Amino acid sequence: MAENVKPRVRVPREAAAGDTITIKTLISHNMESGQRKDSDGNPIPRSIINRFTCTFNGETVLDVMMEPAISTNPFFEFDAVVPESGTFEFTWYDDDGDVYTETKDITVS
Amino acid sequence: MKLTRRHTLMLAAGSAVAAMLPMRASAAAEEAIAAFTGGAEVGSGGITLTAPEIAENGNTVPIAVDAPGAEAIMILAMGNPTPGVATFNFGPLAAAQSGSTRIRLAGTQDVVAIARMPDGSFVQASQEVKVTIGGCGG
Amino acid sequence: MKSFVKGGAAALAIIAASQVGADEDANLIINGETEITVRADAPEHLDNVSTIYSGWVFRSDETQALQMDDFDNPGMIFVDQGRDSWVLAEGSEGKSCADCHNEPESLANVRPTYPKWNDETEEVRTIAMQINGCRTEQMGAEPWKYDSTSMLNMEALLSSVARGQVMNVAIDGPAQSMWEQGKELYYTRTGQLDLSCANCHEDNYGNYIRADHLSQGQTNGFPVYRLKNAKLNGVHSRFKGCVRDTRAETYAVGSEEFIALELYVASRGNGLSVEGPAVRN
Repeated sequence: MAENVKPRVRVPREAAAGDTITIKTLISHNMESGQRKDSDGNPIPRSIINRFTCTFNGETVLDVMMEPAISTNPFFEFDAVVPESGTFEFTWYDDDGDVYTETKDITVS
Repeated sequence: MKLTRRHTLMLAAGSAVAAMLPMRASAAAEEAIAAFTGGAEVGSGGITLTAPEIAENGNTVPIAVDAPGAEAIMILAMGNPTPGVATFNFGPLAAAQSGSTRIRLAGTQDVVAIARMPDGSFVQASQEVKVTIGGCGG
Repeated sequence: MKSFVKGGAAALAIIAASQVGADEDANLIINGETEITVRADAPEHLDNVSTIYSGWVFRSDETQALQMDDFDNPGMIFVDQGRDSWVLAEGSEGKSCADCHNEPESLANVRPTYPKWNDETEEVRTIAMQINGCRTEQMGAEPWKYDSTSMLNMEALLSSVARGQVMNVAIDGPAQSMWEQGKELYYTRTGQLDLSCANCHEDNYGNYIRADHLSQGQTNGFPVYRLKNAKLNGVHSRFKGCVRDTRAETYAVGSEEFIALELYVASRGNGLSVEGPAVRN
């Protein structure tokens, strides 16, 4: 697995039903583009996170296909509606087959 | 016309400048657009792309897209070696069809966002981002 | 700000302000709560500068914004990683940082005073040297390499808990001779371009060197997350980059020369807030 991959997610702990909430995610990852060469002139193979998804109680909020032009330590900010209390699940898919996940609970009143 | 050394140099300089201009649409970019739109005509309006006019460093350029009601938004960096950047697919729980991220730009170029609307139509917005070449690599 | 150009720097196409829309009057409040002093009266020992500015004020609106919220600041990833190693027991004593210091917040007053004279070892220690002092003397652990990832993560943690505190590096007493050495280096021209630190960062801050908006070269934001290489950068590595850009042979990271220079440059920022990990271009 790529080294030191660590997801960070910001979701409010509480919201009112039907509220729009803003979510921010950041994950530490080199996002090696495949365009670079090492000091010996050999191409460094591509190794990126190629997909990011966010679901709430199993239903999709956002599903992003990512290319090497996404910066190192990929960041996303987006808005979600929360109909009821539940759990956000965030998933990042690495080229090398690894999958990183993070969950956040939210209480809806 | 007799081609002098001086002329040759001028011609070479001219073609070097042409090669450095941001490409309006490379073959790869056209292909990516066609794959997303299925060749449909792309209109304008109803989509906003926010990007800095000048980026301090091309390695990390903050951008935001917003297309109310869209199913998906594809972002392209038209002058990158591979133009694809990301495609945002919005689910039923997306409160807005918008998103922000940070992208890599290999040089001054147009960034393009194309939205697919539920009725099968497409709209796009584009903005040129100037990428500065710093004095201090440090 | 200033618009004059003097000395060898003129040869380098330094031009007067403002190509990129840097908002030099902006104020920095992190997370809507931590007020950062980004401009202050210069410390008394500075002869040629009346106001000192954080490098933050010279950055573009977009770069400035990255530092205003901890979530937007990618440097905070590495603070998290520093927190992980804070509680990790290492070395022959089986101790972690937390075993002696509890929470990193208990060391909030450390970062503003470094580099600092150490009575026991009779040397000026940078915060990196002090961290390694803890590792080798208290934990019985291997020292971290200067400006290595582990070291920078820990330095970022210690900076983050000190944000808002005022830089206050002592330049008198036993540290004075090292400080004088640093000052000498600051004003010494080096390299084929024949530039001193002062040529860019004292004579020409606020001006452009090609497309780069020159700052005062303050260290209060270190370690900094640079957009250029998308990782934390240490003070000595940055010095090395600057000296190399004058086309000189550089001093080594961790060398006595750079320790002296770090002490002197840090003292030029006495009065600004600690703001590391800052975000720079």
